[in-house]
Amino acid sequence: MSAKTNGKIKKVSIIISKGSLEGVYPGLIMGNGARMEGIEVNLFFTFFGLETIMKKRMNNIKVATVGNPAMHMPSMLGMLPGMSSFATKMMKKEMDKIDIPPVPEFIEMVHAAGAKLYACRATVDMFHLTMDDFTGEVEDVINVGRFYELAAGGQIIFT
Amino acid sequence: METNEVKTLQVEVNEEGFLVNPDDWTEDIAAQIAKQEEIDELTEQHWKVIRFMRSDFKERGQIPTIRRLKNAGGVSIQDIYKLFPDGPAKKAAKISGLGKPQGCV
Repeated sequence: MSAKTNGKIKKVSIIISKGSLEGVYPGLIMGNGARMEGIEVNLFFTFFGLETIMKKRMNNIKVATVGNPAMHMPSMLGMLPGMSSFATKMMKKEMDKIDIPPVPEFIEMVHAAGAKLYACRATVDMFHLTMDDFTGEVEDVINVGRFYELAAGGQIIFT
Repeated sequence: METNEVKTLQVEVNEEGFLVNPDDWTEDIAAQIAKQEEIDELTEQHWKVIRFMRSDFKERGQIPTIRRLKNAGGVSIQDIYKLFPDGPAKKAAKISGLGKPQGCV
C-alpha cells in the first residue's frame, strides 16, 4: 500500500521524436497511461514526431517496413509498394481489438484526459511550420528551455 | 440529538480493495468504496458510468477501457476524469465492483 503514496511518480514529460507508427504509439500509450494513473503529463513532439500532431499527416502514420529487423521480412520485400500500408493496416486491426485508438483519436483522448501537448520550436522553424499546421489540441510551440521548465520536478522519457 | 451511524458493509476484497467476486456488489457497497476513494457522493453521472461498466462487463467479460466508456458508454473523457479523479479507469472499476483493469489504455 505504501508504494501508492510514497514512491508515486507525479509528473512525466514524454518526448516523441519519431514519425513511424511504432515510433509514435509507445509515447502516446505511456502518456495516456500516466494520465490514467493521475500523473501530470507533458507530451513534446520533435523532429518527425511532429507528424503525430500535424493535421495533414496524423491520419497517415505508418509502420516502417524497411530497416526494421523485427518485421521479420527481408528489406527488399519491405520496399515493395503498399507493403508499409499493408503492415500498418494489419497492425491497426489488432490494436483496435485491444481498444488502442487511431492516432487522431488518441491525440484527442490524451488531450481530453488532461495531457499538455507541445511542438518543438527548432523543428517547427526548420520545416517552416506554423500553429495552423497543428491539430487544435496542441498547446504551443516551445523551445528546449521551456520544455525543461515544464518538465521540472518530474521524469523525462525520450521515445 | 444527532446520530451519525456509519454502516460498514462486509464484503471480500483483495489487497488493493477490489471486490473478489463482482456478484457481491450492491449499490451500498459502491457508495462505501466511493467514499474510500474520496468520492463523497455518487451522482447520477457516476451511476451512468457504473451501470455501463457492469452491464458491459457482464456482456463481454472484460472491464471496459476508458475509450470504450467514451465510444460505447457515451461519457466524455473530460467527464470521466472529473467524476473519478486521479486514476479514473481503476477507480470506476473498483466502485463498480469489478477487478483491476489489466489493459494499457
